[in-house]
Amino acid sequence: MTNKEVLVDIKHLSKLFPMGSGMFQRSKVFVYAVSDVNLQIRKGESVGLVGESGCGKTTTGKLLTRLLNPTSGSVDFQTENGPVDIASLRGKAMKKFRRHVQMIFQDPYESMNPRLTINDTVAEPLNVQGIGSLVEREDRVVQLLESVGLTPASSFLFRYPHELSGGQRQRVAIARALVVGPDFVVADEPTSMLDVSVRTSVMQLMEDLGEKFGVTYLYITHDIAVARYMSDRLAVMYLGKIVELGDTEEVLHHPLHPYTKALLSAVPVPDPLHQREPVVIKGQVSKPINPLPRCRFYERCPLADKFCETHDHPPLEDQGAGHYVACYHI
Amino acid sequence: MTSVAVRPIKVTRAALWRMRLQLSWRGLKTNWALFTENPIGLIGLGIIVFFGLLALLHPILMHTVWSPNIYDPVSGFDMQVPMSPSPPSPRHLLGTDPLGRDVLSQLMYSTRYEFGLGILSALITVIIATTVGAFSAYYGGIIDMFFMRLADLVIMVPLIPILIVLAAFNPVGMIELGIVIGLLSGFGGTTIVIKSQGLAVKVKPYIEAARIAGGGDFHIIFSHMVPNLMPLSLLYMMFVVTSAIFSEAVLSFFGLTQIKMSWGLMINTTQVFGYLLRFDTWYLLIPASLAITLLCAAFYFVGRALDEVVNPRLRRR
Repeated sequence: MTNKEVLVDIKHLSKLFPMGSGMFQRSKVFVYAVSDVNLQIRKGESVGLVGESGCGKTTTGKLLTRLLNPTSGSVDFQTENGPVDIASLRGKAMKKFRRHVQMIFQDPYESMNPRLTINDTVAEPLNVQGIGSLVEREDRVVQLLESVGLTPASSFLFRYPHELSGGQRQRVAIARALVVGPDFVVADEPTSMLDVSVRTSVMQLMEDLGEKFGVTYLYITHDIAVARYMSDRLAVMYLGKIVELGDTEEVLHHPLHPYTKALLSAVPVPDPLHQREPVVIKGQVSKPINPLPRCRFYERCPLADKFCETHDHPPLEDQGAGHYVACYHI
Repeated sequence: MTSVAVRPIKVTRAALWRMRLQLSWRGLKTNWALFTENPIGLIGLGIIVFFGLLALLHPILMHTVWSPNIYDPVSGFDMQVPMSPSPPSPRHLLGTDPLGRDVLSQLMYSTRYEFGLGILSALITVIIATTVGAFSAYYGGIIDMFFMRLADLVIMVPLIPILIVLAAFNPVGMIELGIVIGLLSGFGGTTIVIKSQGLAVKVKPYIEAARIAGGGDFHIIFSHMVPNLMPLSLLYMMFVVTSAIFSEAVLSFFGLTQIKMSWGLMINTTQVFGYLLRFDTWYLLIPASLAITLLCAAFYFVGRALDEVVNPRLRRR
């Protein structure tokens, strides 16, 4: 795994949102949605990004697809002509870059224009990018619809999103994301709005298509079971920081960071006699508004002491076998 | 490319467009079904169709039954009528006005101009309001600020006085009137409504999806925002028609327009000759006033019924 080529190299990525800035006054208060995130995603692997609501998962996804511009740091994306920094792309180069990176959205009910047919929705990236002739584009759309399991494609082409079920819509969204043949797909909780009954089949489909088309996924989710199913490596985020990173099974079986431990202890176990480990963290997740220069987890951490209070947020340190943890007490 | 299933249609640009047309026709039928559920909308539509027929009938009658010398709405005069104004008679179904002209002919002749005025101003309003609303919702910032303050300004200044001032400088005909009403309404209140809807559309994930697909600003505005704002624009079009017809009537009543014949002018003639507040000459006042009221109400009713089609929250089911 480790010797594979790095596809996406995230270096010191930060995104700050100003709060309460007016027309004539610059804001002094910022939400540190993503702060100093480092992550390398290699070709062919899928990385899961888990964390609570509001911890910056989606912001990270949007930064990687350049829906948002980073405040600082860089995202180097490996193309055929060497790595390019996503933040530096403009105009035509940006448009071209969109062929390499696509996104699957959380809500299949909102991610499709209700006034466009399935055909127009799936063909939109091809049309906008001007790829191929009309007949080639239509063939590609039909091919993609069939490969996401909407068969026969002809019976779906000229229907509207509201005529399809949630699962079918998310399949259309997957087809649309893959239609331009991207190398990297950010999947932002693609199954969280789906029925449990279709969730597995959609996840299975994404995995199969990822292998078939050679797609690397960043799988953003708050559901650890989904992350475990989908991803080779797992990154746990807390208030804009990655606190633990490693192979999925390793992280789940031997969690080192107190936050990961707490997160895992909250996963329901289908056994009425199961003795739940006591949740040791206290308080609630807060907003990272101008955070103090100490560990982000300090207020809730059972291990916190004087050292944590006086030192900045701990760096991600290798604990062996590619298992990184950001904590002074490990 | 792997094997492709049998295509539903032969893939050509024309065939795709035909398919889209078919689909929008189907959508139209669904919306029509929703529209007909509301009796108010049907009443409004019925009145509009009635006036439409009146407007169409006038040139036909002028060419067949009515002699232009007698029935011309502006210059006609009937020698056989001893005294003008004359009450309704078989020869003049709604009587003649103080100048001896046939009232029914005037009424029917004016109808087509009222429609023309309404449609012209509504079209101008919708084109301006949708474009400006979509752009200022999408870009925000300085563009948004400029157009919204402009809208405030336009709303602040009332329509009728502006038209009066304008008429003092320049002779105002039907087309000028239509353009001015369209501009004022397009940059005024309608823009604000469309823009607020645009703000709701702008944050939808499909806009982000379009950006990830590689679509530029213009692509997003014209293929995603405008189509989703169109239903609301259509609704406001109806209300603009009402306001245009009403403003024309007021202005013509004051005698400020350079229009040969209109409903407002008919009332103006009545007033000038001193027949306005008399019950015995009801045939001078009632037809034109009723026509204005009915047509304004009809467009408003259609607008209300369309509102229920466009706005799912108002639907009964």
